[in-house]
Amino acid sequence: MNQLFVILTVLAYLLSMGLYMGFLYTGKEVIGRLATVLMFMGLACHYVALLGRARATHSVPYHDLQGSMSLFGWLLAVTYLCLEIYHRQRTVGAFVVPIILAFFLAATFAPEHPAPPLQVHGVVFALHVTLSILAYAGFALSCVLSLMFLGEERLLRIRKLGDIVWRLPSLELLERMSHTSVLVGLVTIAVGTALGFLAVDRQAGQHWYFDPKYIVTLVVLLLYAAYFQLARTTAWRGARASKLCVFNFVLVVLSFTVVNLFLSAHHRYF
Amino acid sequence: MEIVLVGLNFRTAPIEVREKVSFSGEQAQRASEELRSRGILEETLVLSTCNRSEVYGVHANANHESAGALSSFLSTFHEVLPDQLNPSLYHHYDHDAVRHLFRVSAGLESMLLGEAEILGQVRDAYLRAHECHVTGPVLNRLFQGALEIGKRVRAETELGTRPMGVASAGIKLAERIFGKLQDRSALVLGAGPISEQVVSQLRDRKIKNLYLMNRSREKVEELARQYDGKVLEWGEWDTSLKFPDVIVSAVGAQDFVVTRPMVERAMASRGNRALFLMDLGMPRNVDPAVADIYNVYLYSMDDLAEIVKQNRDARQSEVPKAESLVEDHVAKFISWQASVELTGVLETLRDCLKQRRADFLQERLAGMNHFSGEDREKIGALMDELIEQLLLHPAERLRTEKELRRKIQNVEAIRDLYLSDREKS
Repeated sequence: MNQLFVILTVLAYLLSMGLYMGFLYTGKEVIGRLATVLMFMGLACHYVALLGRARATHSVPYHDLQGSMSLFGWLLAVTYLCLEIYHRQRTVGAFVVPIILAFFLAATFAPEHPAPPLQVHGVVFALHVTLSILAYAGFALSCVLSLMFLGEERLLRIRKLGDIVWRLPSLELLERMSHTSVLVGLVTIAVGTALGFLAVDRQAGQHWYFDPKYIVTLVVLLLYAAYFQLARTTAWRGARASKLCVFNFVLVVLSFTVVNLFLSAHHRYF
Repeated sequence: MEIVLVGLNFRTAPIEVREKVSFSGEQAQRASEELRSRGILEETLVLSTCNRSEVYGVHANANHESAGALSSFLSTFHEVLPDQLNPSLYHHYDHDAVRHLFRVSAGLESMLLGEAEILGQVRDAYLRAHECHVTGPVLNRLFQGALEIGKRVRAETELGTRPMGVASAGIKLAERIFGKLQDRSALVLGAGPISEQVVSQLRDRKIKNLYLMNRSREKVEELARQYDGKVLEWGEWDTSLKFPDVIVSAVGAQDFVVTRPMVERAMASRGNRALFLMDLGMPRNVDPAVADIYNVYLYSMDDLAEIVKQNRDARQSEVPKAESLVEDHVAKFISWQASVELTGVLETLRDCLKQRRADFLQERLAGMNHFSGEDREKIGALMDELIEQLLLHPAERLRTEKELRRKIQNVEAIRDLYLSDREKS
């Protein structure tokens, strides 16, 4: 049963990706709408596939690398769709859906490594992890948008427009979309981190305050807050702010990988 | 029934002739009413734009006679000598007239390939004619089809998506940076025709603040009055360059009007907000070194001309796709027309046969007095039944014929074989 939904998810995301690319290339509204519909279908199937994994582990699927990656992909899809609806802009889909699909495929085909049981449980902890992964999804989206901004800005500066530039969102809209996704990331990472402290506090005798993950998270939070402010007001607005956003996401990836795997004793895949 | 079109456009007539034959809204209505009241056409519609004047109509007989009468009418209505007018006129009938209108609506017949305005003009002409009750079922269907194809071509091809003029290309580029221009400010330097063109397009985009600047205050004040702009004093660069997001320069000057230090100071005072500069002056008005400043986008006339050229090529490459869509809609209309005609032809044929039956019985039964009135009615009813049965099979075959050309040929054959005398009478 779960296998069926995995296949349906891959199919829906694949078709959606093709249609988003078709929309970017042709600009036909009907293709764009179809891409969104398929994206919603993929999201629903992905949710069922995640549910299957959650039932098998009796928890939100963040215990292992596969589950975390799949959950990240799903939350990225949710964030993207919200952004698409809020800003009424579909062309970004051609750049985001491949990432969602890649995470889902990696989660599906990566070899299973049985993970040791987590020391902390409960709803607050589950929310802490889910919100943290949602924050990473928001930051990933802002990174994609910033890269799009840099690419389009470069083409406009060198005056080599080609066919695609006319279809891309305006620089101003890309900036606004990036701000929105950073805002989602900032709020969720702040709340998620606070909930993390609360969850740990509830576990008798557990104190993680000196975990390097906290320091890195704080740095990430500060850097994104700086981006949020700088991109709107000062000489940093425009391409410089977008470069900062990309740099921040590199730090997030490092926090997600190097810090979790080698420095943090209590964080695993989130 | 025949659809007829008589008209002229920028390809067939010089502007002097087009000016004489153009219709105002009131003239279009009056001409349509006169054409109907004089019996020249049963349904009429006048489409008049700056590049074309066309009269579409429906005539009861398919004998191409109405076009001549229509040409004479145009000549009289606009008081233009036939010798002067006739060489510029084109006549199209039925499928060709339908195809022509659909191509016009799709922007394929426009001076600026794929322009969007023509669709609005076709819509206005149709609504006006419809309100005056000068159209009928055929022209209603025809113009609804024209509006449909116009929209479809613009939605499914790139014929109308890319800017084709230097000014509009520049404004589209500004939209690539700022999105919609409603909340933006623009400064236009100069008050010549190019500046006016840009100002008009900026106003069309509902730009929030429009500032104008020119050496000669008199000219620019006139432009500002016309387009609701605000005139700034020439030379006050530090204050003038601080606020606008878009600056367009089309001034006749030997030296650069906007220099790098000016823009650097402006960018510092505006907190590095993006600035789009369109240099439409020849020689150039803006120092090219300005393009190196952070968050400044500078496009010269040559840059914009290159974009326009690319767009023109791209639009041209969309023509076959648009033409194929037009042909689809022409076939759809002809199919509708054929089915309407088929129903009409069958009704006429039935009436004709029944009339012949009545005449035949009256003649043959005249001397047969042994038949009572009831018997005669029965014989009549039996013969009617026979007629219906004889018609049933061919009618069914005509209705179910899938190939449009064959369907039309069959309808024409029936008309020629059985109804030609009746139509003439």
